[in-house]
Amino acid sequence: MSGLQTFFAMGGYAGYVWPAYAVFFVVLIIDTIAPRLRRRRVLRELRSRLARQDARQSRVRQDRASSQPITTPPSL
Amino acid sequence: MANWIPLWLHKLGSPPTFYRFAGTLRPWAMALALLLGAIALYGGLVLAPADYQQGEAYRIIFIHVPSAWMSMFIYGVMGVAAFIALVWRIKLAEVVAMESAPIGAAFTFITLVTGSLWGKPMWGTWWTWDARLTSELVLLFLYLGVIGLYHAFEDRRQGARAAAFLAIIGIINVPIVHFSVNWWNTLHQGSTINLFGQSKISWDMLWPLLCMMLATKFYYVASLFRRVRTDLLALEGGKDWVRKIAESEAGQ
Repeated sequence: MSGLQTFFAMGGYAGYVWPAYAVFFVVLIIDTIAPRLRRRRVLRELRSRLARQDARQSRVRQDRASSQPITTPPSL
Repeated sequence: MANWIPLWLHKLGSPPTFYRFAGTLRPWAMALALLLGAIALYGGLVLAPADYQQGEAYRIIFIHVPSAWMSMFIYGVMGVAAFIALVWRIKLAEVVAMESAPIGAAFTFITLVTGSLWGKPMWGTWWTWDARLTSELVLLFLYLGVIGLYHAFEDRRQGARAAAFLAIIGIINVPIVHFSVNWWNTLHQGSTINLFGQSKISWDMLWPLLCMMLATKFYYVASLFRRVRTDLLALEGGKDWVRKIAESEAGQ
């Protein structure tokens, strides 16, 4: 057996050693990716909320400019 | 004592300051974690000799033991942060406590699975209701309980307070996990690494273990900071500093 084959064979314990290392890496990779996706989602929601707020404010300003009396706030 | 230290800590506790501070440190912590982790893997898998009793199977130790240490260390951090959150109502402490729980749960899960994969060839069983194994499983359930309770409330801060309470009660389990091998007759071996005095392990095997321990510590810092930053954005959604970040970081 070559050196590399001996290494991967782990003295006959390959079936235990490598899955253990795989679990370690897979769990930590998931732990790294999940917050990344969440951050993207939070920022997207923030931006759409800010855009809605801005749109509402400019609508209120337009209504005032056209001097129509506002009895009920629009679209609330 | 110079009063700039409490002043600095007070400022660091404010969400926008901590957001920037964590953003600066996080990439460095992650880089150190990857570097030290790679060195530890090389030392543990390639350089370290085989064990005279367990052969190559013992190499699981280089991820099993650091993960087990992290499962307890993170619980300690979570408990302290939860205590600060309950007593002083500091928002940052709440976030640190709640965002530590998933990372701690991940390390506890790794500990249990790698331990099981190590137990099968060495003890002849995947699982046994031994004091060490059972208390570690209880630790996983405590983490999951904290996560679940946090998300069970409509109001995030109310959920954080309830979950912080559970986290503090659960601290009692940490010394039980640690001392279980001394207090009860267990199948699990006693501690090999001794902080004060001689460790029962050769240096060739010890240094990769300590190196991996440092790597997992830095990984925790990096992961925690990323999570805390996101949480602060969500919690402080209406504030000006968050608006600036949301507008500047397009698509990121």
